[in-house]
Amino acid sequence: MRHEKMDPSCGEAVLDIAGLNVRARSGNQWHPIVSDVSLTLRRGEILGLVGESGSGKTTIGLASLGFARTGCAFAGGEVRFKGQDLLRMAPAARRALRGDRIAYVAQSAAISFNPARTLMEQVIESVVDRGTKSRAEARADARALFRLLHLPDPDRIGDRYPHELSGGQLQRVMAAMAMLPRPDLVIFDEPTTALDVTTQVEVLSAVRELVARFGTAAIYISHDLAVVAQLAHRIMVLRHGRLVEEGETRKMLAEPQEPYTRSLWAIRTFAKDSLPASDVLLEVNGVSASYGSLKALDNVSLTLQRGRTVAVVGESGSGKSTLARVVTGLLRANGGEIRFSGETLAASAKSRTKLQLQHLQIIHQSADASLNPLHKVREVIGRPLEFFFGLTGAQRERRIVEILEQVELGAEHLDRLPSEMSGGQKQRVCIGRALAAEPALMICDEATSALDQLVQEGILKLLTRLQQEQQISYLFITHDIATVRAIADRIVVMHRGRVVQEGPKDEVLAPPYPPYTKLLLSSVPEMDPDWLDRLLASRKQAVSDKAVS
Amino acid sequence: MIALLIAKRLGLGLVTLFIISLIVFFSVQLLPGDVAQAILGRTAPPEAVAALRTRLGLDLPAHVRYLQWAGGLFQGDFGDSLANRRPVLDLLSERIGNTFFLAAVSACIAVPLGLILGLASAIYRSRPFDHATSLAALLAISVPEFLTAYILVAIFAVELGWLPAVSMVQPSQGILDRFILISLPAATLALGVIAYILRMTRAAIGNVLSSPYIEMAKLKGVSPYRLVVRHALPNALSPIINVVLMNLAYLVVGVVVVEVIFVYPGLGQLLVDSVSKRDIPVVQACGVLFATAYILLNLLADVLSILANPRLRRPRGGV
Repeated sequence: MRHEKMDPSCGEAVLDIAGLNVRARSGNQWHPIVSDVSLTLRRGEILGLVGESGSGKTTIGLASLGFARTGCAFAGGEVRFKGQDLLRMAPAARRALRGDRIAYVAQSAAISFNPARTLMEQVIESVVDRGTKSRAEARADARALFRLLHLPDPDRIGDRYPHELSGGQLQRVMAAMAMLPRPDLVIFDEPTTALDVTTQVEVLSAVRELVARFGTAAIYISHDLAVVAQLAHRIMVLRHGRLVEEGETRKMLAEPQEPYTRSLWAIRTFAKDSLPASDVLLEVNGVSASYGSLKALDNVSLTLQRGRTVAVVGESGSGKSTLARVVTGLLRANGGEIRFSGETLAASAKSRTKLQLQHLQIIHQSADASLNPLHKVREVIGRPLEFFFGLTGAQRERRIVEILEQVELGAEHLDRLPSEMSGGQKQRVCIGRALAAEPALMICDEATSALDQLVQEGILKLLTRLQQEQQISYLFITHDIATVRAIADRIVVMHRGRVVQEGPKDEVLAPPYPPYTKLLLSSVPEMDPDWLDRLLASRKQAVSDKAVS
Repeated sequence: MIALLIAKRLGLGLVTLFIISLIVFFSVQLLPGDVAQAILGRTAPPEAVAALRTRLGLDLPAHVRYLQWAGGLFQGDFGDSLANRRPVLDLLSERIGNTFFLAAVSACIAVPLGLILGLASAIYRSRPFDHATSLAALLAISVPEFLTAYILVAIFAVELGWLPAVSMVQPSQGILDRFILISLPAATLALGVIAYILRMTRAAIGNVLSSPYIEMAKLKGVSPYRLVVRHALPNALSPIINVVLMNLAYLVVGVVVVEVIFVYPGLGQLLVDSVSKRDIPVVQACGVLFATAYILLNLLADVLSILANPRLRRPRGGV
């Protein structure tokens, strides 16, 4: 309905980008990262920018504020904001527009707020510094916005520091910060990507409410088409810094013209069939664990069979990563038992046998954080070969290449450093490192969450093939339901440190659902522009039904 | 929570002090030569040397002597000087005031200047001002202290004749005279300290400036001055506090060379004199005193760093 209210062809142009070119430097060479992109945005209009990482969508978002990151430079074109070219403006004049007429909401609020200052100081900073509002007025307005965004304890939440709030709360505080000066244009740069699906719904509805209320023009950047479809009037698809296709949201969803756009739409159709039961490899019995006085796992039990995959799903804080830390022995459990290949595992990794360590490997979410930036691929994969099998010299070299081929890389990657590879290649190297130990069990802790959808699909296919060939079991920790659909045999749903549901994939993903599973599944965005409206309406209905009864 | 952290640091400080007292005591024992022989001279008869050894307690086993010495320290008894039989405490208290005076004057010049110049070069980074301060700081650090001292003496005492070349303060002198007397040693010390604090402040802020929240502040239109002072500085406090207090510690204990050059009657000179005279009780007392100053200032640095970090001050879940 909101789409019908809007007529994008009328109204003044707030932002007018014409023939924008941006280039980036690597070493001594400049290469283009945005080529000849043009767009027009009118008052009250939301434009969705969609693309994989490296498509230039964030660069275009930042260019809308006349900003280029270090190592990047504008190489032509115009960025006109209400007629003024931001690229050819005095720095002080540009600064006066930022945070006042043009606002930005960053991808990860958790790292974009200054950790040493309270939230209120940061929220009201730009209006108070400019003297548009007095400190007291700005504070009162901020509290009103916090209330509008359904933040808890809106009168006092501003006195907290960023580390005292959850990611979803911070993202809403950042939206309030952006809206405080009542800007003409807001850039939302993947504001929900770092959030759980359940929190994402809250932030999405908050963003929509704000923009509609103040009639602000907005650019909404995301790699997730289903998310953009809930908000945007128009969608632009980008690839390699170029425009692929542009159109009105419903039309783009219904009849995409370009093959690349269609491939984006078709992503995540990969799903493997559930396999029959096999013998038990890992048994977790009544395990509890805590961080200090905070209980993170409460009587958790699950079993994993040889050559099968158990997906552990839940939002952040549900204890799924803690479970991985307990199984690998990085965190001691306070109670319960873990059995692996028929033996009881010691609580601490230090007390486990070398064979147990070898057979239980882990792949982390961030390949960047788990690869030493100074180690070449040869060392990364060679080290476990030497440590567990005593391989050296030509023998070791041969085996490294074999493993690289298993993860669909090749001998040409032997001398690469992590910085010389893409995100997907780095995650393949991490998988190779785990494979080198010839494990029986791999724990994948959000192993594909940081990757683009097309790359994710490739990694999931690789993991499935390796499972078939080598009978490896996966304990796959994820918050992403599409990933679960693709790879799981059984599913464990966790909430606040407890297992709330456990069963074969087809049972858990089919009704009737227990309440939490229902909430989780209904929060996954669908490729339908009316999904959010329907969801919010049905939740409102559920709340009022409860109030009546 | 914070009280516990501070108590832990304090406990660690005491353990460190204990270990240092062991090192100070036993390393002095390793020095070649015999104290009694040194006092009486090479030509002294063996019987006299043996009698002196007994009187000084040098014939007792080392651990007994350590316990006696450490026990004395707890009661404020540092023993008597071997050279002139006066209590070590009296010798120290004559000098300690002078050392702290020089350290305090140097610190009052160096700390604010170092911080302000460091902040300024962070604000004007990669501009001519930044290049000039960086070069000057590098020079100040690379030139050894004694050379800096002699250069300053050559210019301000010998050539221009504005300031005295030696700093022999007397108890009878007024405060103004003292300031004039110590201006050159204070300047020598301050130059090095300014340079260290400047470089560390600039580097600490430079690290923070690449953070996402700084980019966010830029996108909010924050001015370059506020960007550094309001957004970057609070997050760079911990390393800055540490380098400032390390330099304060250096001003107290690292003044040996400067005191000797300017013939300034402070602890450093006392230490040098006592080493050459083999006056072991004084050397040991100076060692323990310097170590205590170092530990206290480091403790202070830890506590201030904790207080400067809201994540430690207000841990999650405790709200």
